Amino acid sequence: MSTSMHDPELEAQRLGRQTDEGAQVLRRDTPAQPGTHEVVVTGGIWPEDDGTMIINMGPQHPSTHGVLRMMMELDGETVLRAKPVIGYLHTGMEKQAEHLTYVQGGTNVTRMDYLSCMSNELVFALAVENLLDLELPERAVWARMYLVELQRMASHLLFQATNGMDMGALSMMIYGWREREEVLRLIEAITGLRMNNNFIRVGGIAADLPDGWREHTLEVCALVESGVAQYEALLLENPIWQERTMGIGTITTDDALALGITGPILRSTGFPWDLRKAQPYLAYDQVQFDVCYGRNGDCYDRFLIRLYEILESVKIVRQCVERMPDGDYRIQDRKVTPPPRARIDESMEALIHHFKLFTEGFKVPAGETYVPIESARGEIGCYIVSDGTPKPVRMHIRGPSFYNLQSMAAMAPGTFVADSIAILSSIDPILGEVDR
Amino acid sequence: MADVETEVADTADEIVLEPVAAALVARFPGSVGMVSHGQSVVHVDRASWRAASLFLRDEERFTQCVDLTAVDHLTDVERPPVAGVTFERFEVVANFLSHPRNLRVRLIAQVPVAAPRVESLTSEFPGVGFAEREVFDLLGIEFEGHPDLTRILMPDDWVGHPLRKDDADARIPVTFKGDPGPR
Repeated sequence: MSTSMHDPELEAQRLGRQTDEGAQVLRRDTPAQPGTHEVVVTGGIWPEDDGTMIINMGPQHPSTHGVLRMMMELDGETVLRAKPVIGYLHTGMEKQAEHLTYVQGGTNVTRMDYLSCMSNELVFALAVENLLDLELPERAVWARMYLVELQRMASHLLFQATNGMDMGALSMMIYGWREREEVLRLIEAITGLRMNNNFIRVGGIAADLPDGWREHTLEVCALVESGVAQYEALLLENPIWQERTMGIGTITTDDALALGITGPILRSTGFPWDLRKAQPYLAYDQVQFDVCYGRNGDCYDRFLIRLYEILESVKIVRQCVERMPDGDYRIQDRKVTPPPRARIDESMEALIHHFKLFTEGFKVPAGETYVPIESARGEIGCYIVSDGTPKPVRMHIRGPSFYNLQSMAAMAPGTFVADSIAILSSIDPILGEVDR
Repeated sequence: MADVETEVADTADEIVLEPVAAALVARFPGSVGMVSHGQSVVHVDRASWRAASLFLRDEERFTQCVDLTAVDHLTDVERPPVAGVTFERFEVVANFLSHPRNLRVRLIAQVPVAAPRVESLTSEFPGVGFAEREVFDLLGIEFEGHPDLTRILMPDDWVGHPLRKDDADARIPVTFKGDPGPR
């Protein structure tokens, strides 16, 4: 480019063209001396036939939610093509699962979608229980539903925070984290950990709900509801927010279905599909809640759906508090659940069971099963193949983010670069689950 | 239908196939329908893999291919036999979901290690694009007709397919305190 800058004919051509387009040309006060030339401060000196450029957004870009690389072909500010490049967080968890017993497997899967850990644990536990043909006690079922809904609240609250941050609504970031922290505090009080809980285990949950969980839950519910009311006041009618999200990144129902998209993105297109209603698992057929869905399939609808799903989760959690049945929180099958600690001191058999369970694990009959549930991001499924040993032959997690991320290539073309940030944010991908 | 009810019926009391599975078995000779833990499963011939998915989409109103993956059965201790199916080392597994009928069905195709390839479903269900790349990357099964069959999770220059059972695990030896150092 520097060589051709001195070609007077070409230069005149360029300057002429740029002046026509209203480009800024800085002219010196004194006439140009021989050997000097005017300084042009536009980026428009691209050859005609190569007017597009390919840039990589990420893998370190803060708005790519972790380590996603987005290859984008740009024409000026307009995105022509977008291609998500993944694998930067691939840790071989599915391979790892083949080396872990079914007892240990929960610790592995919980780290996949690290914002809704409980959903991962639940889908894994349900799949193994399906292979074992276990029937769980009522309290375990309800406690699982309660925990998963708490986790959905936490996940969607964090979405509100990151979505706001990506769009420049930085106060939203603080508010979203604030309410999520309260939910995580409750989860910590119950499970002992904020994240990666490994609390939902094959055969039930790891421990009974602690004393005072009802009061604590109701406090958190009230806090979350007041938080959501704040977000509504801040964003719903906010003209900047609406400009940034309304009509941006639209996708039709047919496209979404063809691309394997599930969860809030599918529902935003006006398709009220929620596995909790359509194919109820746990006790979702016994609680009252609504499925939120949109009409336009744009970023605003996806934001709204996730906002109101928080309130629906609060509804379910309140019903769990009211109607939590008494009884065992895990199945009393010594082949699957470890004996209580106190029994180990007095019973030889309990000691043997405990030892066998944590060294060898339990055997699962040969077979294969696919169990889907609705996580905060869509359908998360677990496909397990067992050969009758304590370790699975294959453990595959159908991560909703993995499939949802493909919608980026469908939604981004034709939008501006800044909009592509909004679109990516509204997909809400968790790279731990995408790469596994 | 015929080959389903002969031997399988002996072992289980009575296998009642879902209408979709029965239709698939009737339409594609050589395929075997079964029920696995209450889920409809149809073992289809590898040659009719794509035709079966097209049949599901166009005639049985299956709207989504929710998941596509594959299994390496090299080291299985026990593999429950399915009458009428000759097992190969690999299995490609696709889960389909029909939203209007609220129904699921699973297709399984046997893929031999000698020729690990199967037709791509990307033209029927574009959403399996990532999934097929993942299976290609991790298990080395090729999908004919896939527009961009490249590695997706592993680095582009990676050798081997990590989820194959005969692929060595990448382990980094743990160094303990007091061990002789590298120098």
